[in-house]
Amino acid sequence: MSEPSSEARIRDGENPQLTHSLQRESAGWQVYFNAVLAILWKDLRAEFRSRELISAMLVFSVLVILIFNFALQLDRVTRENVAAGVLWVTAVFSGTLGLNRSLAAEKDRGSLDGLLMAPIDRSAVYFGKFLGNWLFMMLVQAIILPLFSILYNLPMLQPLVILAVLLGTLGYAGVGTLLASMSVQTRARDVMLPILLLPVAVPVLVAAVQASGGALANQPFSELTIWFSLLLGYDVIFIAVAFMTFDFIVEE
Amino acid sequence: MFNSKVLTTLNILAPLAMAVLVGLVLFAVPTERVMGDVQRLFYIHVAPAWICFVAFAITAICGIAYLRTNNFRWDKVAVASVEVGLVFTVIATVTGSVWARPAWNTWWTWDPRLTTFTIMALIYVAYLMLRQGLEDPARRARFAAVYGLVGFISVPITFFSIRIWRTIHPAVIGTGSATAQGGFDMTPVMTATLIFAQVAFLLLYFCLLANRLKLGEVAEKVEQRKAALALA
Repeated sequence: MSEPSSEARIRDGENPQLTHSLQRESAGWQVYFNAVLAILWKDLRAEFRSRELISAMLVFSVLVILIFNFALQLDRVTRENVAAGVLWVTAVFSGTLGLNRSLAAEKDRGSLDGLLMAPIDRSAVYFGKFLGNWLFMMLVQAIILPLFSILYNLPMLQPLVILAVLLGTLGYAGVGTLLASMSVQTRARDVMLPILLLPVAVPVLVAAVQASGGALANQPFSELTIWFSLLLGYDVIFIAVAFMTFDFIVEE
Repeated sequence: MFNSKVLTTLNILAPLAMAVLVGLVLFAVPTERVMGDVQRLFYIHVAPAWICFVAFAITAICGIAYLRTNNFRWDKVAVASVEVGLVFTVIATVTGSVWARPAWNTWWTWDPRLTTFTIMALIYVAYLMLRQGLEDPARRARFAAVYGLVGFISVPITFFSIRIWRTIHPAVIGTGSATAQGGFDMTPVMTATLIFAQVAFLLLYFCLLANRLKLGEVAEKVEQRKAALALA
Protein backbone atom coordinates (compact mmCIF):
# COMPACT_ATOMS: atom_id res chain seq x y z
CA MET A 1 0.00 0.00 0.00
CA SER A 2 3.00 2.31 -0.27
CA GLU A 3 2.09 3.22 -3.82
CA PRO A 4 -0.81 5.69 -3.37
CA SER A 5 1.22 7.67 -0.89
CA SER A 6 4.14 7.84 -3.26
CA GLU A 7 1.81 9.04 -5.96
CA ALA A 8 0.42 11.62 -3.59
CA ARG A 9 3.91 12.80 -2.72
CA ILE A 10 4.72 13.36 -6.35
CA ARG A 11 1.43 15.06 -6.94
CA ASP A 12 1.84 17.36 -3.98
CA GLY A 13 4.99 18.54 -5.55
CA GLU A 14 7.73 17.10 -3.37
CA ASN A 15 9.89 17.08 -6.47
CA PRO A 16 11.60 20.44 -5.93
CA GLN A 17 12.28 21.09 -9.60
CA LEU A 18 8.62 20.58 -10.40
CA THR A 19 7.28 22.81 -7.64
CA HIS A 20 9.62 25.50 -8.72
CA SER A 21 8.56 25.41 -12.35
CA LEU A 22 4.86 25.19 -11.49
CA GLN A 23 5.15 28.34 -9.43
CA ARG A 24 6.50 30.38 -12.29
CA GLU A 25 3.25 31.73 -13.66
CA SER A 26 4.85 33.87 -16.34
CA ALA A 27 5.86 31.15 -18.78
CA GLY A 28 2.36 29.70 -19.34
CA TRP A 29 3.40 27.36 -22.08
CA GLN A 30 6.21 25.92 -20.01
CA VAL A 31 3.95 25.48 -17.00
CA TYR A 32 1.52 23.52 -19.18
CA PHE A 33 4.29 21.38 -20.59
CA ASN A 34 5.72 20.69 -17.13
CA ALA A 35 2.29 19.72 -15.83
CA VAL A 36 1.89 17.21 -18.65
CA LEU A 37 5.33 15.80 -17.92
CA ALA A 38 4.62 15.67 -14.18
CA ILE A 39 1.50 13.54 -14.75
CA LEU A 40 3.34 11.32 -17.19
CA TRP A 41 6.24 10.96 -14.73
CA LYS A 42 3.80 10.08 -11.92
CA ASP A 43 2.26 7.31 -14.03
CA LEU A 44 5.66 5.97 -15.02
CA ARG A 45 6.88 5.88 -11.42
CA ALA A 46 3.72 4.23 -10.15
CA GLU A 47 4.02 1.68 -12.94
CA PHE A 48 7.72 1.12 -12.30
CA ARG A 49 6.94 0.28 -8.68
CA SER A 50 3.86 -1.87 -9.13
CA ARG A 51 4.36 -3.20 -12.69
CA GLU A 52 0.70 -4.22 -12.64
CA LEU A 53 -0.37 -2.56 -15.87
CA ILE A 54 2.35 -3.56 -18.29
CA SER A 55 2.66 -7.10 -16.96
CA ALA A 56 -1.10 -7.62 -17.29
CA MET A 57 -1.13 -6.21 -20.83
CA LEU A 58 1.87 -8.30 -21.79
CA VAL A 59 0.59 -11.61 -20.44
CA PHE A 60 -2.80 -10.91 -22.02
CA SER A 61 -1.17 -10.16 -25.38
CA VAL A 62 0.81 -13.39 -25.36
CA LEU A 63 -2.33 -15.30 -24.43
CA VAL A 64 -4.29 -13.76 -27.31
CA ILE A 65 -1.53 -14.62 -29.79
CA LEU A 66 -1.44 -18.23 -28.59
CA ILE A 67 -5.23 -18.55 -28.58
CA PHE A 68 -5.37 -17.21 -32.12
CA ASN A 69 -3.01 -19.95 -33.16
CA PHE A 70 -5.45 -22.59 -31.93
CA ALA A 71 -8.61 -20.77 -32.96
CA LEU A 72 -7.53 -20.15 -36.54
CA GLN A 73 -5.73 -23.47 -37.08
CA LEU A 74 -2.79 -21.60 -38.55
CA ASP A 75 -0.60 -23.20 -41.15
CA ARG A 76 2.33 -21.35 -42.70
CA VAL A 77 0.42 -19.59 -45.50
CA THR A 78 -2.60 -18.47 -43.45
CA ARG A 79 -0.26 -17.39 -40.68
CA GLU A 80 1.42 -14.95 -43.02
CA ASN A 81 -1.92 -13.67 -44.28
CA VAL A 82 -3.48 -13.04 -40.91
CA ALA A 83 -0.35 -11.85 -39.04
CA ALA A 84 -1.20 -8.14 -39.27
CA GLY A 85 -4.77 -8.78 -38.12
CA VAL A 86 -3.67 -10.89 -35.16
CA LEU A 87 -1.09 -8.29 -34.18
CA TRP A 88 -3.66 -5.49 -34.12
CA VAL A 89 -6.42 -7.41 -32.41
CA THR A 90 -3.86 -8.22 -29.73
CA ALA A 91 -2.80 -4.58 -29.47
CA VAL A 92 -6.38 -3.32 -29.35
CA PHE A 93 -7.55 -5.74 -26.66
CA SER A 94 -4.52 -5.32 -24.44
CA GLY A 95 -4.75 -1.56 -24.99
CA THR A 96 -8.35 -1.57 -23.72
CA LEU A 97 -7.14 -3.43 -20.64
CA GLY A 98 -4.44 -0.83 -19.97
CA LEU A 99 -6.67 2.18 -20.63
CA ASN A 100 -9.36 0.91 -18.31
CA ARG A 101 -6.89 0.23 -15.51
CA SER A 102 -5.07 3.52 -15.92
CA LEU A 103 -8.19 5.63 -15.46
CA ALA A 104 -9.95 3.30 -13.01
CA ALA A 105 -6.95 3.55 -10.67
CA GLU A 106 -7.20 7.35 -10.68
CA LYS A 107 -10.91 7.18 -9.97
CA ASP A 108 -10.72 4.53 -7.21
CA ARG A 109 -7.93 6.16 -5.27
CA GLY A 110 -9.58 9.53 -5.59
CA SER A 111 -6.43 10.87 -7.18
CA LEU A 112 -8.38 12.09 -10.23
CA ASP A 113 -10.01 14.73 -8.03
CA GLY A 114 -6.56 15.72 -6.86
CA LEU A 115 -5.35 16.10 -10.41
CA LEU A 116 -8.39 18.17 -11.31
CA MET A 117 -7.88 20.48 -8.35
CA ALA A 118 -4.36 21.28 -9.47
CA PRO A 119 -4.03 24.83 -10.81
CA ILE A 120 -3.37 23.69 -14.36
CA ASP A 121 -5.38 23.53 -17.54
CA ARG A 122 -7.43 20.33 -17.49
CA SER A 123 -6.31 19.31 -20.94
CA ALA A 124 -2.83 18.94 -19.39
CA VAL A 125 -4.31 16.09 -17.33
CA TYR A 126 -5.59 14.54 -20.54
CA PHE A 127 -2.28 14.82 -22.33
CA GLY A 128 -0.38 13.44 -19.33
CA LYS A 129 -2.60 10.39 -19.06
CA PHE A 130 -2.71 9.95 -22.83
CA LEU A 131 1.07 10.04 -23.22
CA GLY A 132 1.39 7.53 -20.38
CA ASN A 133 -1.10 5.17 -22.01
CA TRP A 134 0.59 5.55 -25.38
CA LEU A 135 3.98 4.82 -23.84
CA PHE A 136 2.65 1.70 -22.09
CA MET A 137 1.10 0.42 -25.30
CA MET A 138 4.36 1.00 -27.15
CA LEU A 139 6.39 -0.70 -24.43
CA VAL A 140 4.14 -3.75 -24.70
CA GLN A 141 4.53 -3.69 -28.49
CA ALA A 142 8.30 -3.38 -28.13
CA ILE A 143 8.26 -6.77 -26.42
CA ILE A 144 5.45 -8.30 -28.48
CA LEU A 145 6.91 -7.47 -31.91
CA PRO A 146 10.15 -9.50 -31.50
CA LEU A 147 8.19 -12.32 -29.87
CA PHE A 148 5.70 -12.21 -32.72
CA SER A 149 8.56 -12.35 -35.25
CA ILE A 150 9.83 -15.54 -33.64
CA LEU A 151 6.48 -17.23 -33.17
CA TYR A 152 5.13 -16.37 -36.61
CA ASN A 153 8.51 -16.45 -38.35
CA LEU A 154 7.92 -13.04 -39.92
CA PRO A 155 10.16 -9.94 -40.06
CA MET A 156 8.03 -7.68 -37.82
CA LEU A 157 10.88 -5.40 -36.82
CA GLN A 158 11.01 -3.32 -39.96
CA PRO A 159 10.63 0.47 -40.18
CA LEU A 160 7.18 0.55 -41.83
CA VAL A 161 5.63 -1.91 -39.38
CA ILE A 162 7.09 0.06 -36.48
CA LEU A 163 5.76 3.32 -37.97
CA ALA A 164 2.31 1.75 -38.30
CA VAL A 165 2.48 0.61 -34.67
CA LEU A 166 3.53 4.09 -33.49
CA LEU A 167 0.75 5.88 -35.40
CA GLY A 168 -1.90 3.24 -34.69
CA THR A 169 -1.31 3.14 -30.93
CA LEU A 170 -1.14 6.97 -30.91
CA GLY A 171 -4.68 7.34 -32.22
CA TYR A 172 -5.99 4.44 -30.17
CA ALA A 173 -4.56 5.80 -26.93
CA GLY A 174 -5.71 9.32 -27.87
CA VAL A 175 -9.38 8.52 -28.29
CA GLY A 176 -9.14 5.69 -25.72
CA THR A 177 -7.99 7.99 -22.92
CA LEU A 178 -10.96 10.29 -23.56
CA LEU A 179 -13.49 7.45 -23.63
CA ALA A 180 -11.90 5.67 -20.65
CA SER A 181 -12.27 8.88 -18.60
CA MET A 182 -15.94 8.63 -19.50
CA SER A 183 -16.43 4.92 -18.95
CA VAL A 184 -14.86 4.84 -15.45
CA GLN A 185 -17.60 7.20 -14.32
CA THR A 186 -20.43 4.95 -15.53
CA ARG A 187 -22.15 2.16 -13.64
CA ALA A 188 -21.06 -0.88 -15.66
CA ARG A 189 -17.63 0.61 -16.22
CA ASP A 190 -15.58 -2.51 -16.90
CA VAL A 191 -17.70 -3.50 -19.87
CA MET A 192 -18.37 0.04 -21.03
CA LEU A 193 -14.95 0.97 -22.43
CA PRO A 194 -14.65 -1.68 -25.17
CA ILE A 195 -18.25 -1.03 -26.25
CA LEU A 196 -17.62 2.71 -26.53
CA LEU A 197 -14.12 2.51 -27.95
CA LEU A 198 -14.04 -0.34 -30.46
CA PRO A 199 -16.62 0.96 -32.97
CA VAL A 200 -15.08 4.43 -32.90
CA ALA A 201 -11.56 3.03 -33.34
CA VAL A 202 -12.42 1.01 -36.44
CA PRO A 203 -10.72 3.42 -38.90
CA VAL A 204 -7.46 3.13 -36.93
CA LEU A 205 -7.74 -0.62 -36.98
CA VAL A 206 -8.48 -0.79 -40.72
CA ALA A 207 -5.64 1.56 -41.65
CA ALA A 208 -3.13 0.01 -39.24
CA VAL A 209 -3.87 -3.54 -40.39
CA GLN A 210 -3.61 -2.51 -44.05
CA ALA A 211 -0.39 -0.55 -43.48
CA SER A 212 1.40 -3.23 -41.49
CA GLY A 213 0.03 -6.04 -43.66
CA GLY A 214 1.27 -4.26 -46.76
CA ALA A 215 4.67 -3.69 -45.18
CA LEU A 216 4.91 -7.39 -44.29
CA ALA A 217 4.04 -8.27 -47.89
CA ASN A 218 7.00 -6.10 -48.98
CA GLN A 219 4.88 -3.45 -50.66
CA PRO A 220 6.76 -0.18 -51.23
CA PHE A 221 5.95 2.87 -49.11
CA SER A 222 4.42 4.67 -52.09
CA GLU A 223 1.61 2.09 -52.23
CA LEU A 224 0.95 2.36 -48.50
CA THR A 225 1.01 6.17 -48.29
CA ILE A 226 -2.79 6.35 -48.28
CA TRP A 227 -3.03 4.15 -45.18
CA PHE A 228 -0.33 6.04 -43.33
CA SER A 229 -1.97 9.37 -44.14
CA LEU A 230 -5.30 7.97 -42.96
CA LEU A 231 -3.64 6.94 -39.67
CA LEU A 232 -2.04 10.35 -39.27
CA GLY A 233 -5.28 12.16 -40.13
CA TYR A 234 -7.25 10.09 -37.62
CA ASP A 235 -4.64 10.74 -34.93
CA VAL A 236 -4.71 14.49 -35.46
CA ILE A 237 -8.52 14.75 -35.63
CA PHE A 238 -9.24 12.62 -32.60
CA ILE A 239 -6.54 14.06 -30.36
CA ALA A 240 -7.82 17.53 -31.27
CA VAL A 241 -11.42 16.53 -30.43
CA ALA A 242 -10.31 14.94 -27.16
CA PHE A 243 -8.33 18.08 -26.29
CA MET A 244 -11.43 20.22 -26.84
CA THR A 245 -13.95 18.00 -25.06
CA PHE A 246 -11.95 16.59 -22.11
CA ASP A 247 -13.09 19.50 -19.90
CA PHE A 248 -16.71 18.35 -20.20
CA ILE A 249 -15.83 14.80 -19.18
CA VAL A 250 -14.12 15.65 -15.91
CA GLU A 251 -16.37 18.59 -15.01
CA GLU A 252 -18.38 18.09 -11.79
CA MET B 1 -38.92 22.34 -30.11
CA PHE B 2 -42.11 21.27 -31.86
CA ASN B 3 -45.41 22.84 -30.84
CA SER B 4 -48.69 20.96 -31.13
CA LYS B 5 -49.59 22.48 -34.51
CA VAL B 6 -46.32 21.32 -36.05
CA LEU B 7 -46.85 17.91 -34.48
CA THR B 8 -50.34 17.59 -35.95
CA THR B 9 -49.17 18.73 -39.38
CA LEU B 10 -46.33 16.19 -39.36
CA ASN B 11 -48.69 13.46 -38.15
CA ILE B 12 -50.88 14.08 -41.20
CA LEU B 13 -48.19 14.81 -43.80
CA ALA B 14 -45.75 11.98 -43.04
CA PRO B 15 -48.20 9.02 -43.42
CA LEU B 16 -49.64 10.72 -46.50
CA ALA B 17 -46.20 11.07 -48.08
CA MET B 18 -45.37 7.47 -47.24
CA ALA B 19 -48.62 6.27 -48.83
CA VAL B 20 -47.90 8.27 -52.00
CA LEU B 21 -44.37 6.86 -52.02
CA VAL B 22 -45.65 3.28 -51.83
CA GLY B 23 -48.02 4.07 -54.70
CA LEU B 24 -45.22 5.53 -56.79
CA VAL B 25 -42.85 2.65 -56.07
CA LEU B 26 -45.44 -0.04 -56.84
CA PHE B 27 -47.20 1.51 -59.85
CA ALA B 28 -45.43 4.54 -61.30
CA VAL B 29 -41.78 3.58 -61.69
CA PRO B 30 -40.84 1.22 -64.52
CA THR B 31 -39.59 -2.28 -63.69
CA GLU B 32 -35.83 -2.52 -63.85
CA ARG B 33 -34.76 -4.69 -66.78
CA VAL B 34 -32.23 -7.02 -65.12
CA MET B 35 -33.28 -7.26 -61.49
CA GLY B 36 -37.05 -7.06 -61.96
CA ASP B 37 -39.50 -6.12 -59.25
CA VAL B 38 -37.08 -6.54 -56.36
CA GLN B 39 -35.32 -3.39 -57.53
CA ARG B 40 -38.36 -1.42 -56.27
CA LEU B 41 -36.91 -1.90 -52.79
CA PHE B 42 -34.15 0.49 -53.85
CA TYR B 43 -36.32 3.55 -53.09
CA ILE B 44 -37.11 2.49 -49.54
CA HIS B 45 -33.53 1.39 -48.96
CA VAL B 46 -31.52 4.42 -50.11
CA ALA B 47 -33.75 7.05 -48.49
CA PRO B 48 -33.73 5.66 -44.92
CA ALA B 49 -29.99 4.98 -45.21
CA TRP B 50 -29.42 8.67 -45.92
CA ILE B 51 -31.81 9.76 -43.20
CA CYS B 52 -29.64 7.83 -40.69
CA PHE B 53 -26.84 10.27 -41.42
CA VAL B 54 -29.20 13.22 -41.07
CA ALA B 55 -30.41 11.85 -37.73
CA PHE B 56 -26.91 11.25 -36.36
CA ALA B 57 -25.73 14.64 -37.66
CA ILE B 58 -28.59 16.28 -35.76
CA THR B 59 -27.48 14.36 -32.64
CA ALA B 60 -23.94 15.71 -33.01
CA ILE B 61 -25.16 19.28 -33.60
CA CYS B 62 -27.56 19.12 -30.64
CA GLY B 63 -24.68 17.76 -28.54
CA ILE B 64 -22.54 20.78 -29.38
CA ALA B 65 -25.53 23.05 -28.67
CA TYR B 66 -25.98 21.38 -25.28
CA LEU B 67 -22.31 21.75 -24.36
CA ARG B 68 -22.49 25.45 -25.23
CA THR B 69 -25.81 26.28 -23.56
CA ASN B 70 -26.36 23.58 -20.88
CA ASN B 71 -29.99 23.58 -21.98
CA PHE B 72 -31.50 20.10 -21.51
CA ARG B 73 -33.82 20.61 -24.44
CA TRP B 74 -30.91 19.95 -26.82
CA ASP B 75 -30.05 16.76 -25.01
CA LYS B 76 -33.61 15.50 -25.40
CA VAL B 77 -33.56 16.16 -29.14
CA ALA B 78 -30.13 14.46 -29.41
CA VAL B 79 -31.27 11.22 -27.78
CA ALA B 80 -34.61 11.19 -29.63
CA SER B 81 -32.72 11.58 -32.90
CA VAL B 82 -30.48 8.61 -32.08
CA GLU B 83 -33.49 6.42 -31.34
CA VAL B 84 -35.27 7.40 -34.56
CA GLY B 85 -31.98 7.07 -36.48
CA LEU B 86 -31.58 3.49 -35.24
CA VAL B 87 -35.08 2.66 -36.50
CA PHE B 88 -34.05 3.91 -39.94
CA THR B 89 -30.84 1.89 -39.72
CA VAL B 90 -32.93 -1.23 -39.21
CA ILE B 91 -35.19 -0.32 -42.17
CA ALA B 92 -32.16 0.24 -44.43
CA THR B 93 -30.51 -3.01 -43.31
CA VAL B 94 -33.62 -5.16 -43.70
CA THR B 95 -34.58 -3.79 -47.13
CA GLY B 96 -30.95 -4.07 -48.24
CA SER B 97 -30.81 -7.68 -47.11
CA VAL B 98 -34.02 -8.60 -48.92
CA TRP B 99 -32.67 -6.95 -52.08
CA ALA B 100 -29.26 -8.61 -51.72
CA ARG B 101 -30.75 -12.12 -51.54
CA PRO B 102 -31.72 -12.21 -55.25
CA ALA B 103 -29.14 -9.65 -56.45
CA TRP B 104 -26.03 -10.99 -54.68
CA ASN B 105 -27.42 -14.44 -53.85
CA THR B 106 -26.85 -13.89 -50.14
CA TRP B 107 -28.63 -12.10 -47.27
CA TRP B 108 -25.42 -10.74 -45.90
CA THR B 109 -21.90 -10.35 -47.15
CA TRP B 110 -18.81 -9.01 -45.42
CA ASP B 111 -18.68 -6.12 -47.79
CA PRO B 112 -16.95 -3.06 -46.27
CA ARG B 113 -19.99 -0.84 -46.83
CA LEU B 114 -22.31 -3.23 -45.02
CA THR B 115 -19.82 -3.79 -42.25
CA THR B 116 -19.18 -0.11 -41.64
CA PHE B 117 -22.89 0.68 -41.70
CA THR B 118 -23.40 -1.90 -38.95
CA ILE B 119 -20.46 -0.50 -36.99
CA MET B 120 -22.09 2.93 -37.23
CA ALA B 121 -25.29 1.45 -35.80
CA LEU B 122 -23.27 -0.09 -32.96
CA ILE B 123 -21.76 3.32 -32.12
CA TYR B 124 -25.27 4.60 -31.46
CA VAL B 125 -26.28 1.48 -29.54
CA ALA B 126 -23.21 2.22 -27.40
CA TYR B 127 -24.46 5.82 -27.13
CA LEU B 128 -27.73 4.60 -25.61
CA MET B 129 -25.90 2.17 -23.29
CA LEU B 130 -23.62 4.96 -22.11
CA ARG B 131 -26.66 7.03 -21.20
CA GLN B 132 -28.17 4.14 -19.25
CA GLY B 133 -25.00 3.79 -17.20
CA LEU B 134 -25.16 7.37 -15.93
CA GLU B 135 -27.60 8.65 -13.32
CA ASP B 136 -26.78 12.33 -12.96
CA PRO B 137 -28.74 14.03 -15.79
CA ALA B 138 -26.18 16.80 -16.36
CA ARG B 139 -23.30 14.36 -16.59
CA ARG B 140 -25.35 12.02 -18.78
CA ALA B 141 -26.10 14.84 -21.19
CA ARG B 142 -22.46 16.00 -21.26
CA PHE B 143 -21.00 12.55 -21.85
CA ALA B 144 -23.62 11.72 -24.46
CA ALA B 145 -22.88 15.00 -26.27
CA VAL B 146 -19.15 14.25 -26.38
CA TYR B 147 -19.69 10.65 -27.48
CA GLY B 148 -22.24 11.71 -30.10
CA LEU B 149 -19.63 14.08 -31.49
CA VAL B 150 -16.76 11.56 -31.42
CA GLY B 151 -19.01 8.91 -32.99
CA PHE B 152 -20.19 11.20 -35.74
CA ILE B 153 -16.64 12.24 -36.65
CA SER B 154 -15.63 8.60 -36.83
CA VAL B 155 -18.43 7.72 -39.27
CA PRO B 156 -17.15 9.64 -42.35
CA ILE B 157 -13.57 8.52 -41.66
CA THR B 158 -14.77 4.93 -41.57
CA PHE B 159 -16.62 5.40 -44.83
CA PHE B 160 -13.62 7.07 -46.41
CA SER B 161 -11.35 4.28 -45.23
CA ILE B 162 -13.51 1.65 -46.89
CA ARG B 163 -13.86 3.65 -50.10
CA ILE B 164 -10.17 2.87 -50.66
CA TRP B 165 -11.08 -0.78 -50.49
CA ARG B 166 -12.98 -2.40 -53.30
CA THR B 167 -16.69 -2.75 -52.60
CA ILE B 168 -19.43 -4.70 -54.33
CA HIS B 169 -22.07 -2.29 -53.05
CA PRO B 170 -23.37 -0.32 -56.07
CA ALA B 171 -23.13 3.46 -56.05
CA VAL B 172 -26.00 4.55 -58.27
CA ILE B 173 -25.37 8.23 -57.72
CA GLY B 174 -21.85 9.39 -58.49
CA THR B 175 -19.09 7.13 -59.67
CA GLY B 176 -19.55 3.46 -58.92
CA SER B 177 -16.84 1.01 -57.98
CA ALA B 178 -15.55 -1.15 -60.85
CA THR B 179 -16.39 -4.32 -58.92
CA ALA B 180 -19.89 -3.18 -57.94
CA GLN B 181 -22.66 -5.68 -58.65
CA GLY B 182 -26.29 -4.69 -59.12
CA GLY B 183 -25.88 -1.13 -60.31
CA PHE B 184 -28.16 0.30 -63.01
CA ASP B 185 -28.96 3.48 -64.91
CA MET B 186 -31.95 5.44 -63.72
CA THR B 187 -34.74 6.82 -65.88
CA PRO B 188 -36.15 10.30 -65.03
CA VAL B 189 -39.17 8.74 -63.28
CA MET B 190 -36.85 6.65 -61.13
CA THR B 191 -34.80 9.72 -60.17
CA ALA B 192 -37.93 11.69 -59.35
CA THR B 193 -39.25 8.83 -57.21
CA LEU B 194 -35.94 8.59 -55.38
CA ILE B 195 -36.01 12.32 -54.61
CA PHE B 196 -39.62 12.02 -53.45
CA ALA B 197 -38.61 9.06 -51.26
CA GLN B 198 -35.96 11.23 -49.59
CA VAL B 199 -38.56 13.91 -48.83
CA ALA B 200 -41.10 11.36 -47.59
CA PHE B 201 -38.60 9.66 -45.28
CA LEU B 202 -37.36 13.04 -44.04
CA LEU B 203 -40.95 13.91 -43.13
CA LEU B 204 -41.30 10.54 -41.42
CA TYR B 205 -38.08 11.22 -39.50
CA PHE B 206 -39.32 14.59 -38.23
CA CYS B 207 -42.73 13.08 -37.45
CA LEU B 208 -41.18 10.30 -35.33
CA LEU B 209 -38.77 12.77 -33.71
CA ALA B 210 -41.60 15.13 -32.76
CA ASN B 211 -43.68 12.27 -31.36
CA ARG B 212 -40.70 10.92 -29.42
CA LEU B 213 -40.13 14.34 -27.87
CA LYS B 214 -43.82 14.58 -27.01
CA LEU B 215 -43.64 11.13 -25.42
CA GLY B 216 -40.66 12.27 -23.36
CA GLU B 217 -42.63 15.28 -22.12
CA VAL B 218 -45.59 13.12 -21.15
CA ALA B 219 -43.33 10.60 -19.38
CA GLU B 220 -41.77 13.46 -17.42
CA LYS B 221 -45.20 14.68 -16.34
CA VAL B 222 -46.14 11.17 -15.19
CA GLU B 223 -42.93 10.99 -13.15
CA GLN B 224 -43.71 14.34 -11.53
CA ARG B 225 -47.27 13.25 -10.66
CA LYS B 226 -45.95 10.00 -9.21
CA ALA B 227 -43.43 11.86 -7.12
CA ALA B 228 -46.16 14.23 -5.93
CA LEU B 229 -48.39 11.27 -4.99
CA ALA B 230 -45.57 9.55 -3.14
CA LEU B 231 -45.00 12.69 -1.10
CA ALA B 232 -48.69 13.08 -0.31
